[in-house]
Amino acid sequence: MSEQVFEATIAKDQRIEPRDWMPEGYRKTMIRQIAQHAHSEIIGMQPEGAWITRAPSLRRKAILLAKVQDEAGHGLYLYSAAETLGADRGDLTRRLIEGRQKYSSIFNYPTLTFADVGVIGWLVDGAAICNQVPLCRSSFGPYARAMIRICKEESFHQRQGYELLMTMMRGTPAQREMVQDAVNRWWWPSLMMFGPPDAESPNTAQSMAWKIKRHTNDELRQRFVDMSVPQAGALGVTLPDGDLRWNAEREHYDFGEIDWSELKRVISGDGPMNRERIAHRRRADEQGAWVREAAAAHAAKRQGVPA
Amino acid sequence: MSFDDAYQALTDHDDDARWAYGTGFADPLAGVPTTLPEGVDGADLAAYCLMIADDALILSHRLQQWVTRAPELEDEMAIANIALDLLGQARLLLTRAGEAEGAGRDEDDLAYLREAADFRHVRLAEVRDDDFGHLIARLLVFATWRLALLDRLSASRDPVLSAIAAKGVKEVTYHREYAAGWTVRLGDGTPLSRQRMQAGLDAVWPLIDELFEPHPIEQRLTGVAVDPASLRPEFDAVLAQVLAAATLDAPAPGSATRDAPASGSATRDAPVSGTATHEEAALGKTPGRDGRHGGELAEILSEMQGLARATPGGVW
Repeated sequence: MSEQVFEATIAKDQRIEPRDWMPEGYRKTMIRQIAQHAHSEIIGMQPEGAWITRAPSLRRKAILLAKVQDEAGHGLYLYSAAETLGADRGDLTRRLIEGRQKYSSIFNYPTLTFADVGVIGWLVDGAAICNQVPLCRSSFGPYARAMIRICKEESFHQRQGYELLMTMMRGTPAQREMVQDAVNRWWWPSLMMFGPPDAESPNTAQSMAWKIKRHTNDELRQRFVDMSVPQAGALGVTLPDGDLRWNAEREHYDFGEIDWSELKRVISGDGPMNRERIAHRRRADEQGAWVREAAAAHAAKRQGVPA
Repeated sequence: MSFDDAYQALTDHDDDARWAYGTGFADPLAGVPTTLPEGVDGADLAAYCLMIADDALILSHRLQQWVTRAPELEDEMAIANIALDLLGQARLLLTRAGEAEGAGRDEDDLAYLREAADFRHVRLAEVRDDDFGHLIARLLVFATWRLALLDRLSASRDPVLSAIAAKGVKEVTYHREYAAGWTVRLGDGTPLSRQRMQAGLDAVWPLIDELFEPHPIEQRLTGVAVDPASLRPEFDAVLAQVLAAATLDAPAPGSATRDAPASGSATRDAPVSGTATHEEAALGKTPGRDGRHGGELAEILSEMQGLARATPGGVW
C-alpha cells in the first residue's frame, strides 16, 4: 500500500516528504546524495576562503567573504535536509573526515592566484548550477526546496566571478595572463564535475527512475560546454581544447576527450589537495570539540539534566 | 516548477534572497551631505575616522582568519557575518577619512598602501587569538566598547559619521550578543571551557585601559568625536553582568600583564620582565592610536597588502 502511494507520488511528479513512506534504497540514496552535496559546500569553502585575507581590494574582500559565508549556509541547509531523513550532522561530518563519504573532486585542486577566485565563480559555480538546477525538481521535497535557494545564490556567485574576470582582463598584461592560466587549469576539472560518462555511470538509471536525477551526466556536460564557449569568447580567453568546435549538425559544440584516469585518481584520494582539505576539516572539527561539549553541558545545566 | 522555469528563476535578479546572509546592501549614506561640518579641521576628522576604521578593519582581518576553522557551522556563519559587518564599517569610515583629508585617497589606498606606523587601531584589535575562548573574550570586550562608542557617535555633528554609526549600532548589538552568549556557555560549561574562557579574558584584560584613554584628536573634535573615557561606566556594567551570568571573575586590575602565560596570550609582544614599567611608559597611554604596534601587525599587513602591492597598476 505504502509502496503504491510512493510510486504514484513519483509518477505524478509530486514530492516525497520526510514522514512519507519511502523505500530504504531511496532513503539511503537521498542521504548519500544530500550529504555529499553538503560536504562539497563545506570543503568548497577552503580553496576560496584562503584568499579572503589576501583579497586585493576591500570590495572584492567583502564579496568573497559573503560568498564563502553563503557556502556555509548552503552546507547548513543541506545537512538539515539530510537530518529530515534520520541522518545526524555530527555523524555525517565524521564520515567525511574519515573518508567514508565523498565530496566534489573539484575542490581537490589548489587555488594558485586571485584569478582562480574568478574562474571558480565562472566555471565551477557555472557547472554546479547546470548540475543543480534540475535538482530543484528532485522528488524529495526538502532537498528540492533547498536547491531553489542555493541555485539562486550560486547564480549570483557565478556572475560575480565572471565580473571579476572581466575586470582583470581590462587590467595589466600580467593580470590577463593570470586569468588565462587559471582558465587553463580549471577547464578540464570543471568538465569532470558532471561525473563519469553515461555508459559508466552505475547509479543513473535508478536515480532517473526515482526522479532524484533528471538528466544524464553527458547531457548536463554538453549544456555546460554550450553555455561556456560564448562566455569565454566575450571574456577574451581561450579554452584549452584544440578539438572544441561548433557542430552544425548536432547544434552543439564538440569537445575533446576527457582524461578519465585523472578523475579516477582524484576521486580515489590522490588529487593535489585531497589530504590537505580533509586534514583541515578534521583539525577544525577536533579543535572545536571542547566548544561543542561546553555548549551541550551548559544547555543540560539549564534544563537540569545531566549532559 | 519545470526544468526551464528553474533556469528562468535564476535570471530574476531583483530578488534579495540571492544573498543568504549578506547585510545592508542599500547605501547607508544615500542623501547624507558629505561636506565637512563648520569649524571642523579636516585633518583631525580624517585622523579620527582612521582610528575607528582601523579598529574595524584589523579585527575583521583576525575574524577572517577563522573562516573554515569555526567549531560549528552556525559559528562559521556568525563569525563571517561579524567580519563582514566590521569590514563594511571600515570601508565607509576609510572613505570618509579620504574625503576629510582631501588628498584623493580612497578606501583601498588607505587600506593597502599605508605602513604599519600609520595604522591607528587599538592594540586589542590586532593581537592573535589562539583559541575560541580567546576569540570570544576579545570580541566581547571589543563589541561592548564599540557599541557604546557607536551609540554616542550616532549623535555626531558630522552627518556622515552619524549615519555610519547609526548603521553600526544595529550590527554591533548582535556582535555583543553573540560574544556574550558564548561567554556564558563557555564560562558555565565544562571545567575545560571555563578554564579557556578565563584564559581568554586574562589575555585581553591588559589591553582594556587603552580603549578609554582620550587622544588629543578626540579632545579637539568636540561634538564630532566621542570622549572614550565617557564609555567606561557602560562598559564596566555590561561586562560585570555578562561575567556574573558566566560565573566568571574579572581578572584583577594590572595582574594579567605579568602573570599570563607567555604562549597564546595577548601579551606576546608586551613587556614581561622587570623593565615593564619603563617600557610601558615608553609606549604611552594610547600606543595604538599613536601608531605604535606589535610585530603581529606586520604579519597582518603582509598578508592583507601583499597581493595588492605586488600588482602595481592592477585593477580588481
